[in-house]
Amino acid sequence: MKLKGKAWKFGDDVDTDAIIPARYLNTSDPRLLAAHCMEDADPEFPNKVKKGDIIVAGKNFGCGSSREHAPIAIKGAGVSCVIADSFARIFYRNAFNMGLPILECPEAATAIETGDEVEVDLDEGIIRNHSRQQTYRAQAVPPFMQKLVQSGGLMAYVKEQMAQEGKS
Amino acid sequence: MPMTISEKILAKHADKPAVQPDELIEVRVDFALGNDITAPLAIEAFRRAGAKRVFDPDRVALIPDHFTPNKDIASAMQVKMLREFAREQNLTHFYEVGRMGVEHALLPEQGLVLPGDVIIGADSHTCTYGALGAFATGVGSTDLAAAMMTGKIWFKVPSSIKFIYRGKRRPWVGGKDIILYTIGRIGVDGARYRAMEFTGEVIDALPMSERLTMSNMAIEAGAKVGIITPDAITEEYVKGRAKRPYQFYQSDPDASYEAVYDWDVSTFEPMVALPHSPGNVRPVTELPEIAIQQVVIGSCTNGRLEDLRDAAKILKGRKVAPGVRCLIIPATQLIYKQAMKEGLFEIFLDAEAAVSTPTCGPCLGGHMGILAAGERAVATTNRNFVGRMGHPESEVYLSNPAVAAASAVAGHIIHPDSV
Repeated sequence: MKLKGKAWKFGDDVDTDAIIPARYLNTSDPRLLAAHCMEDADPEFPNKVKKGDIIVAGKNFGCGSSREHAPIAIKGAGVSCVIADSFARIFYRNAFNMGLPILECPEAATAIETGDEVEVDLDEGIIRNHSRQQTYRAQAVPPFMQKLVQSGGLMAYVKEQMAQEGKS
Repeated sequence: MPMTISEKILAKHADKPAVQPDELIEVRVDFALGNDITAPLAIEAFRRAGAKRVFDPDRVALIPDHFTPNKDIASAMQVKMLREFAREQNLTHFYEVGRMGVEHALLPEQGLVLPGDVIIGADSHTCTYGALGAFATGVGSTDLAAAMMTGKIWFKVPSSIKFIYRGKRRPWVGGKDIILYTIGRIGVDGARYRAMEFTGEVIDALPMSERLTMSNMAIEAGAKVGIITPDAITEEYVKGRAKRPYQFYQSDPDASYEAVYDWDVSTFEPMVALPHSPGNVRPVTELPEIAIQQVVIGSCTNGRLEDLRDAAKILKGRKVAPGVRCLIIPATQLIYKQAMKEGLFEIFLDAEAAVSTPTCGPCLGGHMGILAAGERAVATTNRNFVGRMGHPESEVYLSNPAVAAASAVAGHIIHPDSV
């Protein structure tokens, strides 16, 4: 699977309150959440971001609360992928569970700047920066997580498991 | 194979003789919880997956505590969804306002989360129960939905970091100050994907309320769990409350740790986390005069009876400074009632502080004390991210309850001994 879009760069420790402030959590509607995505970090972000764009950030992206509204807001805003130096633990799980592709790649997180045209090959774990003629290799997705993705997310995986247990 | 307490609990729940860091395992869940923000998504996922019944109606709790008493129509609809699901599934543990408390104060108080348990909650501060010697961690709503269906969850076994605290605490230095210092030292990702294990003579003597405060903020260092070996203090707290049998685990003396920190707390002052990170920590004595407009004493971090008593010691016979709003939020109905019995409310009201019914409320900028642009608050809560308590141009300073109460009286952030 290949993703292509313009990069939006953020710093270290982007927390879930920055991704989607708690004051909007009286809904889980992706469109309503997307309208406020990243607004406390950049109030104009929901208006500027285009379908397919890629968020690039430093270390510990998604720290803070366990709100699944964070990956939902990012996905809802049209963002195709998040590349970071590292991800907070709960956000990492939530992103996979929600089917939002994320890649850990310190090199890309440092080199890519806002506005760069970036292409991501998820199968190969390769990130190409067309604006700077650079290529970066991301950390491989662990086999178990790949299984989740292949099943179509956690719920689909659990459904498969339960069906198997029902048979045995 | 020698194991840490976290590894032992996980191995037991995975029905394996041993587990080691980075291993992916599936474990049985003893208790699962969600709140009015996270459970609606979990319920939707549960239904979408075609699930019919939760794995055990005694082991799934739904606690509407964040935007309750319902702050607006949308919040009321979310709580309604929880209520109807709880009724449909015959859940034993659904709490209406009037019985409800802040989830991480309520569940230990009610003896529903216990030593040796594996607990998952769709709330990041689920790690609070590590104080009881449980493996407790926050997850997203979809993970909660899967656990509600199957009674199981997959984990990567975390490696452990050991924290040894030695020395004698000064007055007004407690669990909150020790955990803030710890986060300040290792950073907000210093324990990312790790189990923090709090040990040493300071922890051995630390009351349960302060242990809960420490474990509560493990997530602020990125940790999966903040665990404390159960002991006589744990037994004293748990007996008489426990609704199920429980088991004490402890790390083997030769268990392996990724890192060990050894600190003497004897010279610690009360700590304050400055905007906009729980890792931006300074001793209160090193701060310049920082004027404030609001104080919040409450939350899953510091809304227990002992916290209110600390605040009352400072507020007794004093008044909240002009231009300051002091909000006190007992975390559960039981704490509320006991505080009232002990006369704490009279002290608070005479000091011209406001006392609220239990709610997470202002901690996450939900309601009941939102900040305007340019305003500053001292709060006994757990996060001070941009916009956490309201306007993105407001500021939150995190402290212990005594510092918060003293700051309310002074009108600026101050050491409790200075009022």
